[in-house]
Amino acid sequence: MNMVNIKINNRDIKVAKGTSILNAAKEVGITIPNLCYHPDQEVKANCRVCVVEVEGARTLQASCATEVKEGMVIRTNTQKVRQSRKVVIELLLANHDMDCISCKKNNQCGLQEIAANIGVRESRFENVLVKQEIDTSSPSIERNPNKCIRCGRCIQMCNDVQGLAILDYVGRGGSVDVKPAFGMYLNSAACVACGQCSVVCPVAAITEKEDIEQVWEAINNPNKTVVVQTAPAVRVSLGEEFGLEPGKIVTGKLVASLRALGFDKIFDTDFTADLTIIEEGHELLQRLKEGGTLPLLTSCSPGWVNFIEQYYPELLPHLSSCKSPQQMFGALAKGYYAEKIGKKPKDIYSVSIMPCTAKKFEAKREEMSVDGENLDVDVVLTTRELAKMLRQAGIDFNKLPEEEYDAPFGLASGAGVIFGATGGVMEAALRTVYEVVTGKTLENLDFMAVRGLEGIKEAQVDLDGTIVKVAVAHSLSKARQVMELIKEGKADYSFIEIMCCPGGCIGGGGQPFGGTDELRIKRINAIYEADKGLPIRKSHENPAVNKLYEDFLIKPLGEKSHHLLHTTYMNRKK
Amino acid sequence: MQVKEALDKYGRTADKLIGAMLAYQKSTPCNYLTEDDIKEFSRETGLPESRVYSIASFYSLLSTEARGKYIIQVCYDVPCYINDSVNIVNELEKILEIKMGQTTDDRLFTIEYSSCLGCCDKAPAMQIGATLYGNLTKDKISSILSTYRGGKDE
Repeated sequence: MNMVNIKINNRDIKVAKGTSILNAAKEVGITIPNLCYHPDQEVKANCRVCVVEVEGARTLQASCATEVKEGMVIRTNTQKVRQSRKVVIELLLANHDMDCISCKKNNQCGLQEIAANIGVRESRFENVLVKQEIDTSSPSIERNPNKCIRCGRCIQMCNDVQGLAILDYVGRGGSVDVKPAFGMYLNSAACVACGQCSVVCPVAAITEKEDIEQVWEAINNPNKTVVVQTAPAVRVSLGEEFGLEPGKIVTGKLVASLRALGFDKIFDTDFTADLTIIEEGHELLQRLKEGGTLPLLTSCSPGWVNFIEQYYPELLPHLSSCKSPQQMFGALAKGYYAEKIGKKPKDIYSVSIMPCTAKKFEAKREEMSVDGENLDVDVVLTTRELAKMLRQAGIDFNKLPEEEYDAPFGLASGAGVIFGATGGVMEAALRTVYEVVTGKTLENLDFMAVRGLEGIKEAQVDLDGTIVKVAVAHSLSKARQVMELIKEGKADYSFIEIMCCPGGCIGGGGQPFGGTDELRIKRINAIYEADKGLPIRKSHENPAVNKLYEDFLIKPLGEKSHHLLHTTYMNRKK
Repeated sequence: MQVKEALDKYGRTADKLIGAMLAYQKSTPCNYLTEDDIKEFSRETGLPESRVYSIASFYSLLSTEARGKYIIQVCYDVPCYINDSVNIVNELEKILEIKMGQTTDDRLFTIEYSSCLGCCDKAPAMQIGATLYGNLTKDKISSILSTYRGGKDE
């Protein structure tokens, strides 16, 4: 590698050519504060917090946008630098709603952290914020323009990664805002509620819609049996909220924490992920056999379902009729479990812990109600909201014991766990479909070709002479590419997994703030590690799932399945 | 003029958008781009609606709100400011009986601020359409306005 010699704060170091000053400083343990910089995004250099002194340069340089050069002499802590950063922060604060104590991101805010670190102690500038309406129109995310610092991270996320471009700058100079075209509400814009904007927002300008209070009320209502399900991706990210290293598997503590909060039954969405594989696998086989619409597209990711309904409704016949694991769980909780324990659906309060903001929207779809009166999933909490609840309750997460899920929806296979990573649904399906079709035992369970962060992945499976081609895509810009291929008749796949968020659910919009690719890889690795550690790794070998078919569902794609586990979609083009 | 005509003339790529929008806007009775116009520019060019709206909202020559036949743009930059552009604005507001940013009831005039007009040697300055007026004084304002009231063709 081509290296250059530079000096940072009197220390001589060698770094790779092309490194930014910001990242070079990181290598020697110096954190240069920044707000608009994001390691996975293009350099924006608009917040001006990361300025440093470079010898010979006329002005302070934005360290995120300046590459190191041979012999460069950099100072990151001179009076000039410190004062400049301070003024920038003070100016941002002068146009910011400063109710930090009651802010949703109190203690998790990039601006607050930098202001504290650089020692802003007074407001020298009069606050000139003209308060604007907070957009609470979406059931999933909330946009608070009074907190926005116009860094543009959300714009890049929505535009470059998701390819939706719902948000952009509006206006000019001091009056610039970040919002949808025409100042539209999020629920009238063609937003899919994925919440990726909220993950990269350094402040509280875009956050999840908070539903914590309703859950507390239910827990404290003696007439309600409060059941909770946990998505696969939550177990590899929740630890980050409590200082554990990214990718730490905290399944046992997660269960214990929910029990400590007062939930009556702790179940696992992985169980219904296994169920999804049985139903969706049979749907695929049926379509292959009977010449149904192919390629079959997965339907677990509600952000993706929103996308196809709003942007490619003409391709809806491709979408699997299977509900997502969350909604399968909800339907079983109210349409099976309630009766089993001698309760009415309305006496069951069903909560789900998801890495996702779009799940909040999905749960509120009116067709997601088995009795036509009560929603199958009453409330969806994101990983972040669960962490907040635990902090509210004063539960020391790290001191919790490891506990087990409750029966009957607590047992899951490794196939259910890997739903949390891009390629996981496909791999889980292949493990089952192969054995169902061929009647042989699959020797190697790891389908490496569908794993990892590459945008679009392909694989082929030999089902006793029949070659089945499959594909996997994650993030909506990649989903769009696949949709265009299908429209052009160039997608000769039988089955395609699509996940809305980069990296799959582990990179979901409800995951801990500040997600990067580096973090996503660690969470993905943890997911596969969790899979490897389980005694059962194929959905069709999950005894609890098989028992559910024996006792109740009878057979895949049967009448009960049709009623509880499958759904229909609609054209919602905007 | 139709949106399509403007784009046919200028081209459908991102770099041609501003020219096309300006030409189209000029042909509209109220000197602005409606929501439908912006949506059509977006569809025709393949650029996202939010991007087209962002551009329309950024440039002071473009507007997303209905305006008068004549747009009076007063320079808001420093040299004009220190040469008393504030009083020029006051005089315009007094004569036209509207506030900065508003349009007269007869839809003849709109007053707006503009970024530097590039003629700091003639500060304070303003422009109406393509005509520049420099070294402004309070007294000059009413005579300039009356030439437009008489139906002057820019």
